[in-house]
Parts: sequence; structure tokens; C-alpha cells
Amino acid sequence: MTTALDRRRSPLAVVSDRLAATGSADTVTFAERPFRVQLEVRAGAMLRPGVLDDALGLHPPAEVGTVARRRERHVLCLAPSWWLVTDEPEREPRLECALAELVRTAGGIDVSAVDVSAQRTTIDVAGPSARDVLAHGCSLDLHPSAFTVDSCAQTTLAKAQVVLQQLDDAPTYRVHVRASFADYLAHWLLDAATEYVH
Amino acid sequence: MLSIPCPWCGDRDETEFRYGGEAEVAYPADPDAVDDPAWREYLFVRANPKGWFKERWVHTAGCRQWFTVHRHTVTYEIRDPQPIGEGAR
Repeated sequence: MTTALDRRRSPLAVVSDRLAATGSADTVTFAERPFRVQLEVRAGAMLRPGVLDDALGLHPPAEVGTVARRRERHVLCLAPSWWLVTDEPEREPRLECALAELVRTAGGIDVSAVDVSAQRTTIDVAGPSARDVLAHGCSLDLHPSAFTVDSCAQTTLAKAQVVLQQLDDAPTYRVHVRASFADYLAHWLLDAATEYVH
Repeated sequence: MLSIPCPWCGDRDETEFRYGGEAEVAYPADPDAVDDPAWREYLFVRANPKGWFKERWVHTAGCRQWFTVHRHTVTYEIRDPQPIGEGAR
């Protein structure tokens, strides 16, 4: 049976082939990661410690700009008491249900969990030139001494608001971008990569 | 361009922020008792020093938190970023 899930289209559907075909492992590669689950969680000091850990399956980092990971589940600390939880695409909203249960148990006091999966899409930028490509439009210092594996930041990339995250030492950067800016940003990335992929 | 130290995100470009005016302008304790000249004073009159000025900024493109800094209006030197009171956890 065709469901709504089968019919959905990523905002990058029209450029994902071009992204995948651009570059090589010794320069820079792009990969769209569509339909990842994304939830925004806010929880304050009144919430009993450990409740969030149980619902998420891992301890949310307290320091702004850091990431905790278990397999494909990433918990990014965006601001004090504010996390973005991302996970691989799932057909049933398991994580969302777990968090809804948490909010119910806590009586809704000082905690909220909102599914924002459709707000942003995800592009992985990897390879030795990835840092240089991003540096064309990002004022953050991405040097390993300032931004490393499991660092994250909300900032602007080519004037588009993004959440930037580093996944590994390759380096691989994960760019979470608003759906309405995704097409623009994908084309900007392809343009910025021109000098490295030829 | 100013480089503004966000208390949570560190130094970021001015383009990531919005300006919030003078810090610590207290809302009248008893608004009903305030006459027109006092309202005018509260709403529109701000210090305009040549020197250190305590002001509010919000990191709109980052953590979206409000904070205060001391900025020197002549040299644009910025120091002492602080989270603001309630709501800034």
C-alpha cells in the first residue's frame, strides 16, 4: 500500500543526484540524508534528572555546542536547556512517542518535545576540502583546535541559518538547513566546491 | 564588523545578533501610578554616553538567548558578557 511516507519528497530531491555526483573522496563529497527524525526538546531545572536520559536512551550534553551520540541518534545542545535530537528515518514515530510519554509522566512541567522533522533537511559534506568549501560562507573557525568531532553550532552558512555538526575526522560535516533554504544552499555548496573538484 | 562574545557560543560575527538597546531599564513597579512625562522617560529616554554603555543583544542566528555586554561607544571594545536574569538559564 502506498502511504503518505512513500509519497513525501525531500526539498533537495531535484539536486540530490547532482550533489551525489559532485567531487570525490580525495576532495569533497556531498550526500543528502533526507527524512531524518528531528525533535526539539526543552527541559528545565524543575524536571527530575535522569528522566530525559531514559526517554532518549543517552545523556543529553549540558554544554552548548556539544553532541552526544549513540549509533544514529544524535543529541545536539543548541542552547541552555534546549536540544535537537536527530535519528535515522523511521516508519513509526517511536522516538516521538517515547518523548511524548516523558512529557506526560512529567505532567508537562518544564519540559516540551516537538517533532520538527519537516523543518530541516540534512546534507553531509565530507573530505579533505570540506572545511575549505564551508569556509567560503561560514565565519566560524572550523579548525580542529576550535571545532572538532561532536562539536555543533547554530550559525549562518552563506547567509542561511544552519545547524552545523562535525561527525568525524575525515572531516565530515553535517549541515541541517531549513527546508526553504535547502535548494539555495545546495546550489551554493556546488558552486563553492567548483575550485576543489576540477 | 563587531565580534560579539555570546556567553554560550563564544565570539560570533555581529550579523548573527540583534541589538536590544540599553540594559536594565526597569519596568515601572506600579504602571497605573505613572504619569505621562514618566512614561515618556521610561519608553524613549536612554543614556547616550561617550564611553562604556551596558546594552542588550540577542543571538538570533545562534542560541537565541538574550544577554548583556558592556560596549565602549568610542572604541567598540566589548567586555563582560552576562546572561540576563530570569529566563536565562
